[in-house]
Amino acid sequence: MSGKKGWKELEFGGVIPGGGTSDAYVTGGWRTFRPVRDKKKCVNCLTCWVFCPDSAILVVEGKHGDFDLKHCKGCGICAEECPKKVKAISMVEEAEFKNEGVCHAEG
Amino acid sequence: MPKGKIAGITGNEAMAEAMRQIAPDVVAAYPITPSTQVVENFSQFVADGKVPTNFIAVESEHSAMSACIGAAAAGGRVMTATSSAGLAFMWEMLYVAAGLRLPIVMACVNRALSAPLNIHGDHSDSMGARDSGWIQLYGENAQEAYDNALMAIGISEDLKVRLPVMCCYDGFTISHSIERVELLADESAKKFVGTYKPLHPMLDVTRPATYGAVDLQDYYTEHKRQQAEAMAEARGAIKREAERFAKLTGRAYGSFETHRLEDAQFGILSLGSSAGTLREVVNELREEGIKVGTLKLRVFRPFPAEELAAALGHLKVLAVLDRSDSFGAFGGPVFHEVRSALFELPARPRVVNFIYGLGGRDLTLEEGRQLVHRLKKAVDTGKIESHYDYLQVRG
Repeated sequence: MSGKKGWKELEFGGVIPGGGTSDAYVTGGWRTFRPVRDKKKCVNCLTCWVFCPDSAILVVEGKHGDFDLKHCKGCGICAEECPKKVKAISMVEEAEFKNEGVCHAEG
Repeated sequence: MPKGKIAGITGNEAMAEAMRQIAPDVVAAYPITPSTQVVENFSQFVADGKVPTNFIAVESEHSAMSACIGAAAAGGRVMTATSSAGLAFMWEMLYVAAGLRLPIVMACVNRALSAPLNIHGDHSDSMGARDSGWIQLYGENAQEAYDNALMAIGISEDLKVRLPVMCCYDGFTISHSIERVELLADESAKKFVGTYKPLHPMLDVTRPATYGAVDLQDYYTEHKRQQAEAMAEARGAIKREAERFAKLTGRAYGSFETHRLEDAQFGILSLGSSAGTLREVVNELREEGIKVGTLKLRVFRPFPAEELAAALGHLKVLAVLDRSDSFGAFGGPVFHEVRSALFELPARPRVVNFIYGLGGRDLTLEEGRQLVHRLKKAVDTGKIESHYDYLQVRG
């Protein structure tokens, strides 16, 4: 457990000072299914951005900028909420991406 | 120093007075016998505009402690009061208050736990919570209940401590008996407790902080080690607050109080209201040449092991009186720890345990005398009948 603070240095009571610290806590490793977007079908309505419970839809210049895979837990809500006429998001098992390496959760 | 006043009030009224003078930012409480009047009187003070506290009437003790934790994390000075089943219902949140290092001060008016149903004083409630991470102070009378509450603020808010404190006193015997109590002037009490500086107040939006995040195998041990250290640091804070308090009032407090113990052959150790009865018994029997003394333990957490060893080591026999049992253990909770504290001494007293006073049963002078004679017999013969026994029990 090297590199981690000892009991004399840590804040009392597990309090974490500072804001936005959950960004540093990588939780994408919990995912079993990964959302994959078909860029040709996507109309950038951003319905998925509205519904994503983990703020894992990245928006770049008002358009879908793909997924934040460090925090997406693969719940599939984006795929479910993508309008029926569009159906641009599909959930693919993580095993399919084994050659790309797996995103592990960090403590 | 502005002049205080002398009042004829109950232990609960004295505690409510202390709370009015401390004027915490938030009091969240749910009434339960025998602590009810603390909350009742205090809420009257709030209704009458005598104290600016936000009083939160909640639906249970679990909610009372939860609200206290939220208010303390928000940055407030927080107090509450409870007893018995109320403390038991707070159980989960007691550990959270201590684990988050929130300096909450609570009056714990000691009462037996059900079943069978009993509303009177014994230490089953607070002794059960002895491992929850709270500092525990035990008062012998209404004066000590009041004094402990004032000192508890500075102890809990010490930057090296930051732990919640339970101010315990016996239900009915202390909580409902009218006694002479010396109260500080409001200004003196206010000055004594000072102003609270929270460490990471959640209401300070310019300095955000996370409370209660998940803490797993990689950090939990370190945070528990900090709690152990905080308890060790509390020893110094308890001493310092007692010294400040003695300077202000002339009333001196230590981890414990001894009575005719220095030249005693054998002694009796107890907590709470029965200590006065035992002192009286000692005074009587000293007249007959029986060399007995007493020790009244005030601070149970942090446990003053080394100090106790120094004060008790010369005795031949020591009786530890427990006002609660730890069923299936080798004696009551106070006995375990006192006996363990003496273990490293090269020559140590024989230590015996008596369970007494359960469900509010009074320890009488006559029962005290009988106990002394029983101990004297053990000293004279060198024989211990039993290491663990019930006093005052019908056969």
